[in-house]
Amino acid sequence: MSFIIRRLVFYAVAGWVALTIDFFLPRAMPGNAVEAIMAKFPNLQPSAYKAIQAMLGIGHPGSIWGQYVSYVNDVFHLNFGIDVTEYPASVASLIGQTIPWTLALVGTATVIAFAVGTGLGILAAWRRGGWLDRALPGLMFLQAMPYFFLALILLELFAVTLHVFPLGQGYSQTVVPGLNWPFIVSATYHSILPACTIVITSVAGWMLQMRNVMITTIGEDYVLAGQAKGLSSRRVVFSYAARNAFLPQLQGFGLALAFVVSGALIMEIVFSYPGIGLLLLNAVSSDDYPLMQAIFLVITFAVLIANLLVDVVLVLVDPRARAREGA
Amino acid sequence: MTVAMPVSVEQTALSASPQQFGRWRRLPTNAKVGAILLGIFVLIAVIGPLFAPYNPSYQNPSPALSMQAPSAAHWLGTTESGQDVFSQLLVGVRLTLELAFIVGVVATALSVIVGVSAAFLGGIWDELLSLLSNVFLVIPALPLLIVLLGFLPQRGQLATILVLSLTGWPWGARLIRAQTMAIRGRDFVAASRETGEKSWRIIAFEIIPNETGLIAASFVNTVLFAIGASVALAFIGVADLNSWSLGTILYWAQSQQALQLGAWWWFAPPGVLVALMGTALVLLNTGIDELGNPRLRDSSSASRIAGHRLLPTDPTPVLMAEAPRRSRLADFLHGFSRSSLADGTYQRSSEQQAGSRRAGDGWTGGEQR
Repeated sequence: MSFIIRRLVFYAVAGWVALTIDFFLPRAMPGNAVEAIMAKFPNLQPSAYKAIQAMLGIGHPGSIWGQYVSYVNDVFHLNFGIDVTEYPASVASLIGQTIPWTLALVGTATVIAFAVGTGLGILAAWRRGGWLDRALPGLMFLQAMPYFFLALILLELFAVTLHVFPLGQGYSQTVVPGLNWPFIVSATYHSILPACTIVITSVAGWMLQMRNVMITTIGEDYVLAGQAKGLSSRRVVFSYAARNAFLPQLQGFGLALAFVVSGALIMEIVFSYPGIGLLLLNAVSSDDYPLMQAIFLVITFAVLIANLLVDVVLVLVDPRARAREGA
Repeated sequence: MTVAMPVSVEQTALSASPQQFGRWRRLPTNAKVGAILLGIFVLIAVIGPLFAPYNPSYQNPSPALSMQAPSAAHWLGTTESGQDVFSQLLVGVRLTLELAFIVGVVATALSVIVGVSAAFLGGIWDELLSLLSNVFLVIPALPLLIVLLGFLPQRGQLATILVLSLTGWPWGARLIRAQTMAIRGRDFVAASRETGEKSWRIIAFEIIPNETGLIAASFVNTVLFAIGASVALAFIGVADLNSWSLGTILYWAQSQQALQLGAWWWFAPPGVLVALMGTALVLLNTGIDELGNPRLRDSSSASRIAGHRLLPTDPTPVLMAEAPRRSRLADFLHGFSRSSLADGTYQRSSEQQAGSRRAGDGWTGGEQR
């Protein structure tokens, strides 16, 4: 268990760095957030200056250390302050509304892409030089294409021209959000196209990575020994080669999560999907600083938690790690 | 000049041109295609704007020229306000590539500095620098970029370059550190140290020349990252929207509903260009990989006998890197990294705590449990 605890400490450090960046951002930047807001709403009286400062949490009295402590305290109580654009709503509630959307869509799509990509990578490595292996450069083109561009093309094709899928949004306007059947059907229907774009653009990366590790693994002596013993190819591929190649792949999964999240943000913006990415875009375009800060923190912590889960899985599936854990 | 790029990573002098040609021919196909594609893009970036038929920002007031399909006068049609898309692309490629290359140079320099000094200084410095790069790897870059740029009063080219360089270095630093660790233990480094060479000289003339391949690969990767991130940032509007880069063209196309109005000539070409640029870089990178790792090389070289493909089973020589020596504090810190699970440091340190365990006991430990 001690490995996990050590990793936990590492993520705590990473989380603290993110927290600190977030704290110093509004204080270190040359611009003045308060003046930006004042400029945006010309009918605000100069006397509102103090009020906005208080709202943004930057005009705090006291030393910077005191501000830092109260800031960390607020974050731990999920108290991100009041939103600027949607005034009475608290930032935390705005984020809370969007998170389930993002988690469901991005989580499912990423797991599918990872599974499919790993499977295809195994096949490509085993059938070296086969059609799948030779199709790799083409798949790389898909991967190199900007996320949003592919999304736009698919949107054009399936939603505008063919009318197979809706033009965006999380659910149709005619259903009532909640745990009812029409809503679930509508939400699923709306999520198919965005999910497909994530899968299509990220599958090649997983595939390439798995293929390259697999090729190195296939060259190992124990694979040759397995073949020499007369084991079936399937057994050699899956139980001998792929099993060992999968561990680096899983490690890569943790590191790639940060990139996946970035792609998903853009995806939501293209599809006007009511997730956290769209919220971030709205926050940036309306100079909504508290919301921006909070979203950055939430996304970072989500990625850190996902990474921790990957570590736990790593310990569970790697017998060497388990042995060390047990020792 | 760009064509020679993957070649230049591993050689010092090119005197005879037939030899140069031979080298070029021996490169993996991937690298060749990538280099040629990239060369074309650099050419467009250098001379393209000179050949732009119109001023990309000039808004033609004639209503007939709003969203006009491609014609002889406007090869790629016009935008909503009558601007020439082709001219915008020619200018945009330059701005995008320029930004990406500058970011590539700055971020790669940062990762070389961090990576080499982490490996060379060793001990506590190594652990702290590794911790720093791991932390920045795990923090998602795009939200950080958006928030950083969101707070900046002006979101111009310089700000984007700065912010991208600050977030683009950790991956390269990790790779370079690992490589430096391996090289540091080699005989020729020990020899030059014995002859009394100074540390900076060893780093600059013994270690870095041996890492050119890796540095080139991480440069290519960083450029790829910079292109993707800058285009994405511009697309969502966090950029200087008055200048023409491929991202801003896409931003205006999207915000003026080019897609819904069927103006494919407006949004498709910039996207395809970005995708082609990315593909060129990915191909170049796999090419560099294949140069370094023979097993990944051209699958067509695998022999085929009676319908069965022979697997490349010949063993590759593996050099065991000397286990890094750490102070107790550094050892403790290293235990927090994911790689400690792989290299057995974790096991070592827990053995020291248990006191009585033999080395190599790790395998049987799981069964006893």
